[in-house]
Amino acid sequence: MAETLMFNALREALDEEMERDATVCVLGEDVGHYGGSYKVTKDLYKKYGELRVLDTPIAENSFTGMAVGAAMTGLRPIIEGMNMGFLLLAFNQIANNAGMLRYTSGGNYKIPMVIRGPGGVGRQLGAEHSQRLEAYFQAVPGLKIVACSTPYNAKGLLKSAIRDNNPVLFFEHVLLYNLKEDLPNHEYLVPLNQAEVVRPGNDVTILTYSRMRHHVMQAVKSLEKKGLDPEVIDLISLKPLDFETIGTSLRKTHRVIVVEECMKTGGIGAEIIASINDRFFDELDAPVVRLSSQDIPTPYNGKLESLTIVQPQQIEAAVEKMAALQV
Amino acid sequence: MVQERTLPAFHGTPAQITRDEGLMLYEDMVLGRYFEDKCAEMYYRGKMFGFVHLYNGQEAVSTGVIKAMRPDDYACSTYRDHVHALSMGVPARQVMAELFGKEAGCSRGRGGSMHLFSAEHHLLGGFAFIGEGIPVALGAAFQSRYRREAMGDASANQVTACFFGDGTTNNGQFFECLNMAALWKLPILFVVENNKWAIGMAHERASSQPEIYRKANAFGMAGVEVDGMDVLAVRTVAQTAIERARAGEGPTLIECLTYRFRGHSLADPDELRSKAEKEVWLARDPLKRFEAYLLEQNLANESELKAIRQKIQTEIDEAVHFAEEAPEPTPEDLYRYVFDD
Repeated sequence: MAETLMFNALREALDEEMERDATVCVLGEDVGHYGGSYKVTKDLYKKYGELRVLDTPIAENSFTGMAVGAAMTGLRPIIEGMNMGFLLLAFNQIANNAGMLRYTSGGNYKIPMVIRGPGGVGRQLGAEHSQRLEAYFQAVPGLKIVACSTPYNAKGLLKSAIRDNNPVLFFEHVLLYNLKEDLPNHEYLVPLNQAEVVRPGNDVTILTYSRMRHHVMQAVKSLEKKGLDPEVIDLISLKPLDFETIGTSLRKTHRVIVVEECMKTGGIGAEIIASINDRFFDELDAPVVRLSSQDIPTPYNGKLESLTIVQPQQIEAAVEKMAALQV
Repeated sequence: MVQERTLPAFHGTPAQITRDEGLMLYEDMVLGRYFEDKCAEMYYRGKMFGFVHLYNGQEAVSTGVIKAMRPDDYACSTYRDHVHALSMGVPARQVMAELFGKEAGCSRGRGGSMHLFSAEHHLLGGFAFIGEGIPVALGAAFQSRYRREAMGDASANQVTACFFGDGTTNNGQFFECLNMAALWKLPILFVVENNKWAIGMAHERASSQPEIYRKANAFGMAGVEVDGMDVLAVRTVAQTAIERARAGEGPTLIECLTYRFRGHSLADPDELRSKAEKEVWLARDPLKRFEAYLLEQNLANESELKAIRQKIQTEIDEAVHFAEEAPEPTPEDLYRYVFDD
């Protein structure tokens, strides 16, 4: 075991996969000399050279499309979205080409590429640098979407994403890069399409992902002291959603709370609830509750920013209320 | 006031082509022309649907560039992609079947007219939105350099030809990709099919610098203007650009002055282009000019050219028959090809 920070776990994943397969390359703004906006690619160019860790001009749509073309012709490119909000500028290439092209080409091409980088609400970064784009992309056919939340799952997921033959949007969270965890010294992979049962429980199923996992677990500490026993599931895969794990949990607890950093309107939680209603309505003892961000551009002011996203106390209150419902 | 363009004189020494080369080029141009004429017929007979953008008039560009390339080189197109596909060697029957939406089509009926793809023939694709294919072509060119330099594959010297129209040169992706191609000396030809019109927008009304090839200067790369109605002129320019690219000297921007003989798509009433303008360009029909050249240079006789036209007509008719008879994709396969499993 080795104590590892999240950004280094990601770096290890890149290093191991680049060592393993010469077609694996990294590109994006400041990935080479600068080492990546959160140092995930630090010094990789010294080991692998400037073509394999390619600093690009500021042209997000075009270098994303370039990665698509490189993937179609046999490379395995990894794009760093310096901030994942910048992917708005590359939406055309991500949706039309990365996502849909395999289908539109009738299977002529596969597009093994990863788009990774920091997303989510940070510390007073203002509206544009605090976006949650996962729901925007969830509707695009042909994309896989994952959100990592711990050093362990970050490393294993990134390795799996790089080896996958499909385009994967890999959401990191800007506030999680300094999380520490002891990681195995041996190689391991975490599957892209499976959720993680973080805490088995019986009272209420809490579905969450990315940074909100940590807010949930903070709330769980308080809830345990009150004798409550929630089950916590980190979704990890946002597309496809792991309905096997969700279903197993729901059949046990019959109550669901979704906790997300996405906007309430049109967020990932909306899709989760719609899907639960489609598949598991008869198992529910109560309507699914959704704890989401406020539908506003994320304000710069620190207090307003805190009010925008879900806090542990809100999660605690929601679980208590849900568990108290008599059926 | 829209200025009439001045066509560049063909400055190079006359291209030396053999009889076989001449016949090969002619056949490819006839294939493109006859295929598109048949598409128009099929569209108006209600066999083909959606937007269909025809290439009539521009054959010298597709043939001139692509027949100067190697089979393992790449080409990337736009929504006006049927003839690029044919020049790259995608069989006419597979292209026609795609236009009929059949599983036997080169994109298995899922792409249609604007999205022809063939990995086997190194056709990177047809792309519907303006400029979105250019970065993809850039990626294929980057891959060639990467394999050669980062992976030590000395045989990786494939060139990529990226085709697009004059309207596209006003799109940000065009400039961004020229910048990166020159920056990294990527082996790519940017081939502008300047046919003067982006649907109803005349080129001179959209571009502050209408001479597109001059934009190469901004990036320190080679820029060439060529008569796009002269297949040998285009071929010569392409050969030079390809040689430069394979030598690691980077990209070339080639502006081919050409003209489409039909509307933007078959749904376009084509009212803005004047009759006089159309007549000027029709008089410069690349197929007729090349026929005259082959005859004058004694590289072929009339009966040989006629035999080629008959052969191609048969091939096209057979392609239609094949497309009509081919089965539809099955409903059970609706989700097939979304992901690579």
